[in-house]
Amino acid sequence: MGLVDLLLKGDKRAAARAMRIVEEEYPEAKELLRAIYPYTGRAYVLGVTGPPGAGKSTMIDKLTKHLRKRDYKVGIIAIDPSSPFSGGAILGDRIRMQDLSLDEGVFIKSLATRGQLGGLAKATDAVAQIMDAMGMDFIIIETVGTGQSEVDIVKTADTTIVVVVPGLGDDIQAIKAGILEIADIFVVNKGDRPEADRTVRDLRVMIELVERKEDEWKPPVVKVSALYDSGFDELIDSIFQHKLYLEKTGRFESHRKDKVKELFVGLLKDRVCSKAISGLKESGIYDVLIDNIYNRKVELYNAIDSIRVIFDYSELKVLLGD
Amino acid sequence: MADERKVKILVAKPGLDGHDRGAKVVARALRDAGFEVIYTGLHQSIDQIVQTALQEDVDAIGISILSGAHMYVFPTLIQKMKEVGLDDVIVFGGGIIPLDDIPKLKEAGVKEIFLPGTSLETIVEWVRENVKPRKVTL
Ligand SMILES: Nc1nc2c(ncn2[C@@H]2O[C@H](COP(=O)(O)OP(=O)(O)OP(=O)(O)O)[C@@H](O)[C@H]2O)c(=O)[nH]1
Ligand SMILES: [Mg+2]
Repeated sequence: MGLVDLLLKGDKRAAARAMRIVEEEYPEAKELLRAIYPYTGRAYVLGVTGPPGAGKSTMIDKLTKHLRKRDYKVGIIAIDPSSPFSGGAILGDRIRMQDLSLDEGVFIKSLATRGQLGGLAKATDAVAQIMDAMGMDFIIIETVGTGQSEVDIVKTADTTIVVVVPGLGDDIQAIKAGILEIADIFVVNKGDRPEADRTVRDLRVMIELVERKEDEWKPPVVKVSALYDSGFDELIDSIFQHKLYLEKTGRFESHRKDKVKELFVGLLKDRVCSKAISGLKESGIYDVLIDNIYNRKVELYNAIDSIRVIFDYSELKVLLGD
Repeated sequence: MADERKVKILVAKPGLDGHDRGAKVVARALRDAGFEVIYTGLHQSIDQIVQTALQEDVDAIGISILSGAHMYVFPTLIQKMKEVGLDDVIVFGGGIIPLDDIPKLKEAGVKEIFLPGTSLETIVEWVRENVKPRKVTL
């Protein structure tokens, strides 16, 4: 049996190999993704973000166990930054999810960002598709949030969960700056700490201050303790309420369509740019061009505008069945 | 296409003993040499190590061991990896291991053993030489 058939049956080794193929952008990736594409789109995607050490991994571990109790299969993508100096990475989120490794209905993949900005790895979506095709009901994506980089997770996830912890003082201000707009659900983790209730109250007040339309979603604040395994039934209820809200208002579809657009534009930029650069390099113009711009002989915008790009959509039209 | 294929290494510490300082130091050195290191912390069971290696599709597993259980851990690990089709994953290890046991471990399929006091450069260099990204086929 081929890799694709095995992976569609849920075979983990096949899935892992497939993920490697897409992550390393092996030539086989294209055929692979085409073959599984009809079997994707069913899984519900949760994004989990928040500051370093907030307990995201521990929280995902518990959430997954509760989802498993309800018989859902769960794929987890844990993303950590690559070192900008060496290109290497330490991917340590599995430390908090050790016993999930042996659960038949769970698959965990660690990914390094490999220089990608925005908190996600380039292969995130392709890996999620493989998890989807292998039969996962939920896909949970963990990414560190720094205040500016969370936007990408919002586009990728159906429901975005922002994890905060109590007692970081003016941390609430930092939350206000970037994170308030992106959360569909707030989780105050480490709810076993005495300051947790205050953080919950503060957050609720801040959420009330945000202007929203009548039918617009108001993010609930859920207190959990990942360490003591409390609050997770309420969290799961909130997730399903948000899912229902998206479906009832048509936002589920529009959000996923936006995601397609986003991915399409992103990939297109990538391709066009790298083709142009490698073309310039092959014809030996690249270094000369950079030198000339640097020496103020050629101006940057004029240089860019002088490049002619010719697009050919004939093959695309064949794909579209024209 | 990607310019270079990343090498992925699982660093694991099986058993119930002690701390993971050594394993962490090695993990960091490997990261600083450009490798992607999956680090799983203390108290891993052999089955967990195998499943992690499988799901993360690693090219090598580095085992840190202090407990004296090496003559059980390494052969069992290698046997279980074979059972799930991970024959081509390189296994190496470090820790307090009697010299006499090293040939036996190598016979069981352990590619290299690093004794206490081995420099990080030596380990990193060895990994660079011996671990390459595994082949893929559809
Ligand atoms: N008291 C308490 N500690 C917790 C709780 N959840 C997690 N922790 C601790 O917080 C620390 C960080 O937990 P992680 O789950 O690794 O946090 P993270 O957000 O995934 O961290 P990064 O991935 O490094 O950003 C660990 O020491 C956990 O044991 C909780 O509910 N209560
Ligand atoms: Mg984490």
